[in-house]
Amino acid sequence: MDVTSAFAEAFSLITRLDTGFLAIVGLSLRVTFTAVALAALVGLPLGAWLAMTRFPGRSVLVVAINALMGLPPVVAGLIVFLMLSRSGPLGGWGLLFTPAAMVMAQTLLVLPIVVSLTRATLEELWTEYRDHLTSLGLTGHRAIPTLLWDGRFALATGLLAGFGRASAEVGAVLMVGGNIAHYTRTMTTAIALETSKGDLPLALGLGIVLMTLTLAINAAAYAASRIGARYAG
Amino acid sequence: MFNRRIVLSLALATFASAAVAQTPERFIVVSSTTSTTDSGLFNHILPLFKAKSGIDVRVVSQGTGQALDTGRRGDADVVFVHAKPQEEKFIADGFGVERKPVMYNDFVLIGPKSDPAGIKGATDIVAALKTIQTKQAPFVSRGDKSGTHAAELSLWKTAGIEGEQLKGAWYREIGQGMGAALNTASALNGYVLSDRATWLNFKNRGELAIVVEGDKRLFNQYGVILVNPAKHTNVKAKDGQAFIDWLISPEGQKAIGDYKINGEVLFFPNAQQPGA
Repeated sequence: MDVTSAFAEAFSLITRLDTGFLAIVGLSLRVTFTAVALAALVGLPLGAWLAMTRFPGRSVLVVAINALMGLPPVVAGLIVFLMLSRSGPLGGWGLLFTPAAMVMAQTLLVLPIVVSLTRATLEELWTEYRDHLTSLGLTGHRAIPTLLWDGRFALATGLLAGFGRASAEVGAVLMVGGNIAHYTRTMTTAIALETSKGDLPLALGLGIVLMTLTLAINAAAYAASRIGARYAG
Repeated sequence: MFNRRIVLSLALATFASAAVAQTPERFIVVSSTTSTTDSGLFNHILPLFKAKSGIDVRVVSQGTGQALDTGRRGDADVVFVHAKPQEEKFIADGFGVERKPVMYNDFVLIGPKSDPAGIKGATDIVAALKTIQTKQAPFVSRGDKSGTHAAELSLWKTAGIEGEQLKGAWYREIGQGMGAALNTASALNGYVLSDRATWLNFKNRGELAIVVEGDKRLFNQYGVILVNPAKHTNVKAKDGQAFIDWLISPEGQKAIGDYKINGEVLFFPNAQQPGA
């Protein structure tokens, strides 16, 4: 019964294209895409570097980053919260309860996933191409771009995993964003809010919309990588 | 090939900074309780205030204890809560400038229609709570240091039930907001203390109904406080004070009194009442 009305709510949310609802969807996507982009900017080169280099303590670092993939979102939220609070070290920035704070929390969650999966993917590639790249004069950090480029389709999956983690997350964005109407309310915090108001069909309806969006983004990424792979040979 | 990568990373960086960029806007942050938000009151009054003043009010809704903490850390400009003793301590500790009474409503005891404790229709909340404890009927407590939680504990104390007596399978302390407590009570068919506004706006009622109401001890006063700019220099004292002045002005008070659900008033303005 509730499930039927949830689908009806989801359908009506999509067909009405209510501006408040669109703003929520827009903010969710904006925050999550930004977080994934930032994590990619830092995480891809870092993961590639980890895949290529050997140094004492490397395995400890690898295990630590792997473990951080399981960092509880509330803990990530709490860390960002304590940093950004007016009483915290970065309080002067005035970023608590803003979308930027949510981006920071999500980046913290996505970064270990990107680094870890990049390292795992490229380690294999590096063993395979090492001699070839070295003979072309690409040693050390100069091999990183080529390695990333060659592994791009596999790496896209890592980014999608990061996207999934960030877009599905509620604890951290609730804590650092504050779920402020028209400002920091995302799909997941709106779902939490409607649940607490007892409007379960609307909450589930929002959940269905979120899942549909995630599905669409994954399908688009999959299609892009298929087409890309065909032309890149 | 390298150029393409540079272009790509530049595009990513531009995109990232564009998404984080803030539009300059006049706003204040108000930390308030879940009841004022969940009841829909802010949706009703904030657009009126914005039209008048041009100030956007960003509401972070938390339990009263947490909302006061947010003010204490300087992360809000104004706190709007409902637990007078805690509010007075907040001021005494120097974190707030002055407390102004704004409005009141009342708490109601919610319970299943089957009424296992047999207290439906009672007008003495203390006696009703004693019966619940004696019969070990399921009771859901907020357990989150909110204003409602404080009110609940003070009622138990009046009933002479404290500490160890509030332990046991019948007493479920969930550590969550009002809505979550109502959802839990609905699932367990338990009793729960709620503010009337959240209850009126709550949709997942199941078998729940009001069992006790109207006792004078169920009175629930809301107050508003400007966070002390002397403690936190970032506090927007002028705009925060403008919001407070509007709330207690005849116009703001009327806006509060005009908010109704199904013809029922949710919050009764009483800024002029001495000692409220």
